[in-house]
Amino acid sequence: MPDVKTFSGTPEQQSKLMEIIEKQKNVRGSLIAVLHEAQQIYGYLPIEVQEMISKGLNVPMTEIYGVVTFYTQFSLEPKGKYNVAICMGTACYVKGAGKILDEFKKELDIDVDGVTDDGKFSIEATRCIGACGLAPVLTVGDDVYGRIDEHNVPAEVAKILKNYKEV
Amino acid sequence: MKSLAELQVIRDKHAGLVSLRIDENDQLHGKCDSTSIARKHILVCGGTGCVASGCKKIVDELHKQLKSHKLDKEIDVVVVGCFGLCAVGPIMIVYPEGSFYSLVEPEYIQEIVEEHLVKGHPVKKYLYDESIKGDVDIPLNETPFYKKQLRVALRNCGLIDPECIEEYIAFDGYAALGKAVTEMKPQDVIDIIKDSGLRGRGGAGFSTGTKWQFAANVESDQKYVLCNADEGDPGAFMDRSILEGDPHTIIEAMALAGYAVGANQGYVYIRAEYPIAVERLQIAIDQALEFGLLGNNIFDSGFDFHLEVRLGAGAFVCGEETALITSIEGKRGEPRSRPPFPAVRGLFGKPTILNNVETYANIPVIINKGAEWFKTIGTDGSRGTKVFALGGKIKNIGLVEVPMGITLREIVEEIGGNVAPGKTFKAAQTGGPSGGCIPTELADTPIDFESLIEIGSMMGSGGLIVMDDDSCMVDIAKFFLEFTVDESCGKCVPCRIGTKRMLEILDKITEGKGTLEDIETLKVLSANIKSTSLCGLGQTAPNPVLSTLRYFEDEYLAHVNDHKCPAGVCKSLLKYVIDEDKCVGCGICKRGCPTNAIKGEPKTTHYIDQELCTKCGICIDMCPPKFGAIKIV
Repeated sequence: MPDVKTFSGTPEQQSKLMEIIEKQKNVRGSLIAVLHEAQQIYGYLPIEVQEMISKGLNVPMTEIYGVVTFYTQFSLEPKGKYNVAICMGTACYVKGAGKILDEFKKELDIDVDGVTDDGKFSIEATRCIGACGLAPVLTVGDDVYGRIDEHNVPAEVAKILKNYKEV
Repeated sequence: MKSLAELQVIRDKHAGLVSLRIDENDQLHGKCDSTSIARKHILVCGGTGCVASGCKKIVDELHKQLKSHKLDKEIDVVVVGCFGLCAVGPIMIVYPEGSFYSLVEPEYIQEIVEEHLVKGHPVKKYLYDESIKGDVDIPLNETPFYKKQLRVALRNCGLIDPECIEEYIAFDGYAALGKAVTEMKPQDVIDIIKDSGLRGRGGAGFSTGTKWQFAANVESDQKYVLCNADEGDPGAFMDRSILEGDPHTIIEAMALAGYAVGANQGYVYIRAEYPIAVERLQIAIDQALEFGLLGNNIFDSGFDFHLEVRLGAGAFVCGEETALITSIEGKRGEPRSRPPFPAVRGLFGKPTILNNVETYANIPVIINKGAEWFKTIGTDGSRGTKVFALGGKIKNIGLVEVPMGITLREIVEEIGGNVAPGKTFKAAQTGGPSGGCIPTELADTPIDFESLIEIGSMMGSGGLIVMDDDSCMVDIAKFFLEFTVDESCGKCVPCRIGTKRMLEILDKITEGKGTLEDIETLKVLSANIKSTSLCGLGQTAPNPVLSTLRYFEDEYLAHVNDHKCPAGVCKSLLKYVIDEDKCVGCGICKRGCPTNAIKGEPKTTHYIDQELCTKCGICIDMCPPKFGAIKIV
């Protein structure tokens, strides 16, 4: 298993990032936009990437680290290949989202924001994704699963995970 | 750059094209029908809810089937914004007849195309069940969900293609901006908004016109107009739906605001969690630029207005105006104390006005139809309508827009279709983490800004979560406090530490370890946090606790004195037991138990070892309903 914690950015990723920095360098207040794009490129924002942004935008590292850790969308750790994001908005919560979250934690044996040892799955308890008509709802990568039967959580969760375990 | 006359040409041409979607009572009908090419329009909801339930497959299948039946030239498929009834998505409507198909599956499309579109007989079994009673078709606006609604802010959602500027123009789009910059003085615009009585829809309900006046009165070389689309309340999706369904209305309203206060730069601060809204808004901005409705010298009036999108990054506190401004500046989104108010010193230190999406959505229509018209809707203190995201334990989950003054009961029982059969409507939560729970006894209170505050809740941005007897009010209070603790930015002590202490107490209570003194401490802490926090987040954070204590103190006492959770939610206080009289020893639950806590020989009564039981509830779901032998005590 590769050690996911070691930074392994490619030159292509770096040149993409440099392009974005170049474009945004003179735009006022562009740091958050650059961080969003950098996270798109690398999947997360390790210190190495923050350092490149710091140099490129001429913003001190303390400020960048401050911003990255302030906003929940920015992640210092890589996520799993399949990120299971369970909506914890009120509409989903009153319809059993807590039970679903617990079941995923148990099945994958990781905590919220954790990644499985093989790097395949991670769990996220997300803020309302606004699909309250489908409550309780969750996403795995870009796939959406809604109207999950709160009285049949273990079977529903097993069914969802099966779609990814064999891939 | 388009002139007013050119805009009118587009309007006339496309009014004909879209007139199919309007019933005969509407003024648009019959105008320029000759330019209409398609004989039918199929509108498919493309809001986030319906995208998640698979509307893209429906659209693909429609195109395929229409093509193979050679109907693709005469029937248009249009992806539109939210119809509101998310509970039965994916949704599509066929115009001009207005047939409303709900819970559509791709497999239904072939039959619908062959029967309805080729032969002309709507496929009744796939129609929305409320829109058909026996053999009688019920017009959509007569169905219980739509009957009491009045769409002002959502007027174009579900009616126009949000990615087509011509359709927006056809429904009077950019007419208000054209009128304002060519015929009106900035002060005239402010006066109309002031006179209309419009109040901010983001939560606090401050007079929009007064806010604009403050900014207009300040002399400055540069001013800014901001739109708060950082809709953070869990369970609220009004603003997202407006941006997804009618993005041009926000652009037009912001340009109007810019003209009124003397600003030529605007920013829309929008949640990154809303990718569809971000994409459609960007498309709309590009189109407006191309048409010269944004940019320099709009309508040859000398007025310039530029608009940019700024993405949030997941921080609830950024919905607070000063925090939002700091976040647009690219910094940690922490609030600061006021005054100075943003109207005096805001973004980059310049005078700034900030309004919420729904507030802006009201602006063009007020300019077009006048303040007097707007004042006929709603109550004396709260003019107009309010959009609510109806969710939770209710049948018709979705987006509703109602005139102010309607009662909560009308929304829940009539529009919402009530809670599930056999359950009781216990409370509704409005205002999200800043609001409170309204018990069913107060459900006849009219919904307006003042009445809601009087009963311990608030209008908030419009989340309305319905709860039934399966919801534990202590648990709900804890849920919101967990949210606030997580989202507190940490700048001021009362909010950072105070809410955490409150959460610890609630944890204690839900575990059955609370004391009566704890309840008193909660009240004292609440009062202190409310009066000493820096920003709105902290000042309102205790509201969910205070309102549940006010109306459901008996539930708190049941947790504290009797160590019982009456709703059966708080795990530590529950015990799963097998009813000896009902258990036949089939062993199904025993096989399903993940911790082997269920004991007993086949064909004899089983029992649950409480030491091993983790209270996961699997056994209760597995026990065949004909026995129903496992219960929670």
